[in-house]
Amino acid sequence: MKIPLIEFRDVTKRFDGNTVLDGANLNIYENEITTIIGKSGTGKSVLLKHIIGLLSPDEGGILFRGKPVNEMSKKEWDGCRAQISFMFQNNALFDSMTVFENIALPLRQTTNLKKKEIEKRVMSRLEQMELADVIHQYPSELSGGMQKRVAMARALVTDPSIVLFDEPTTGQDPIRKNMILSMIANYRKKFGFTAVLVSHDIPDVFFISDRILLLWEGNIAFQGTYEELTRLDHPMIDEFIRSIEGLKDELTGLLSKKMFRSRYDFVIDRGHADSIITAVLFGVHFDRLSDRLGSQTALEVLKTLGEYVNKYFGPLGGFSARHSRGRILTILPYLQPEEVERSVHDFAWEFQQKALPGITKGIQECFEIMVTAGITEAGPADDIEQIIEKASTKQKIIATYQCGKEDCSK
Amino acid sequence: MIMASDIKESFFWSLFHSLGKKTMRVINDLGAAVIFFALAFLRIFRPKQFREIVQQVFYIGAKSSNIVMLIGLFTGMVLGLQLYYTLRKFGSEGFLGSVVALSLIRELGPVLTAIMITARAGSAMTAEIGILRISEQIDALYAMRIDPIRYLISPRIAASVISFPLLTAFFDLIGIIGGYLTGVVLLGVNKGAYFYRIDAYVDLTDIRGGFIKSLVFAVLVSTICCYQGYFTHLRTDSYGSKSVSLSTTSAVVLSCIMILISDYVITSFLM
Repeated sequence: MKIPLIEFRDVTKRFDGNTVLDGANLNIYENEITTIIGKSGTGKSVLLKHIIGLLSPDEGGILFRGKPVNEMSKKEWDGCRAQISFMFQNNALFDSMTVFENIALPLRQTTNLKKKEIEKRVMSRLEQMELADVIHQYPSELSGGMQKRVAMARALVTDPSIVLFDEPTTGQDPIRKNMILSMIANYRKKFGFTAVLVSHDIPDVFFISDRILLLWEGNIAFQGTYEELTRLDHPMIDEFIRSIEGLKDELTGLLSKKMFRSRYDFVIDRGHADSIITAVLFGVHFDRLSDRLGSQTALEVLKTLGEYVNKYFGPLGGFSARHSRGRILTILPYLQPEEVERSVHDFAWEFQQKALPGITKGIQECFEIMVTAGITEAGPADDIEQIIEKASTKQKIIATYQCGKEDCSK
Repeated sequence: MIMASDIKESFFWSLFHSLGKKTMRVINDLGAAVIFFALAFLRIFRPKQFREIVQQVFYIGAKSSNIVMLIGLFTGMVLGLQLYYTLRKFGSEGFLGSVVALSLIRELGPVLTAIMITARAGSAMTAEIGILRISEQIDALYAMRIDPIRYLISPRIAASVISFPLLTAFFDLIGIIGGYLTGVVLLGVNKGAYFYRIDAYVDLTDIRGGFIKSLVFAVLVSTICCYQGYFTHLRTDSYGSKSVSLSTTSAVVLSCIMILISDYVITSFLM
């Protein structure tokens, strides 16, 4: 059996007689992104602070790689803490230090690295976070989004193997939110760290998470994958997800997954039960685009694709939702498959001619953006996951857009 | 029916209860502050402290020197005036130099310097550390494995121990010059007598006493101011920025009281 990296056993924490964690049990596994969700004030940050040792449980215990923390020697615990980094909800940047000094601080104070080496590492993080222009500025001179990125750079500069993110996307616009989440996912891919996130950005945070933990009334009410969460029919999960998911996907303006499902069930129930409906699964290679052009451009492409899908297929009676980071599923209940083929063809032409040139204006690097679509028919017996699976096998490139440089292929 | 004796009993009970509670709190705080100082003191000698200590010496010491010297000058000048008129009544104005110097070196120099630094740098220490605390920056230090006591408190205590005696020496020197300005230049006391009497009556014991006082004040002021800021989040009477402002006020008031109390105690031991 896989040993959890961090394990909570019956952890109880009280503040002035108010029980925040009430016998919480949870497992966090290595090299996974674990997201903790829960209503505001339910103790998500308290839970994270227990992991780093800022708080200690009143009852119960915390195990690190199977060993109880309270039985560890100071040296052992220091060794564990050296692997952990924490990004605070309010960033906790030192406002009397410049951006550079803030990021260099943990290296200056906890390592014996040479000045040059520290500078090199800090500059490399700053460049990765697109902060190279603001190194001499103070945190108060930066926007909220930039401050978040500085905090993230500081959390990652020591190359930790476990990073705890306390609401890293709070107060950001949808593009920035997704950018930060993409960064976390990319860094995980590049450096292979374990991430524990507290976030309310549904559905985006689910797309990058390997495991979800739902904190409910001081206890972990659910822990498992996103798929398990969506399959679970429980009024509490329903209530919670609906309360924070809302009706629309913030990034694309399409329906939220919950609304999409309700709409789909409604269509199936209203006389389409014995008929066939058509579904289109649109996709962009989000990770490839993000690596090549940066997460902001990749998100712009996705956002515009969502807007165009909505604009084009909405008036035809279609409804759509994002089902993973780069895939949008559209249901067209009133069109025949051949009509759908024609519409998708027209849509692709318009998207390629009008939308993509606008997004890519000013990009210096070589690039090729591909949009794919898979059209499939679905019967009333098919659930959404089956439709996605069928459409995935029929993916074809419908629109491409290249930078047009001669040496691009090199 | 409530009897008068019950009221009396309950009044005394609540009086003793609240007195006991306050006493316990003071004893607790005192114990905590002593441990806090001990932890910070031991961390002064850890690596990577030199730069931080130099920075703090610059802030607490160098940046306070102007105000300390200004106060020293006027204190010396006032002493020169007052003592001249007092000593003249006994026909002993020739002793002006020694009386000014002894008053400054033994008493006024250490006390006034400590009070001035409390107002200027001590309050800033409390406010700065308090803000770091309420904005989770101290937690961030812990999360980065930077010991907050080593990084924030130890350099301030070390810098205070270095700066207080130096500033006190400056204060004494400028004060003696101030006394000279009013006594000799303004009121015509003999210049030679002024300096001769200082040389004759001020000995090393007086200077050592002033030095000991300034060291004790340095430890008291820096510990009290840092302690108030560091534990500002534990205040029960207020939260957030209000707690920082109250902690700053408490730090200044408590430091001044402790300077005067300890001054009396040290003086009585040194006599």
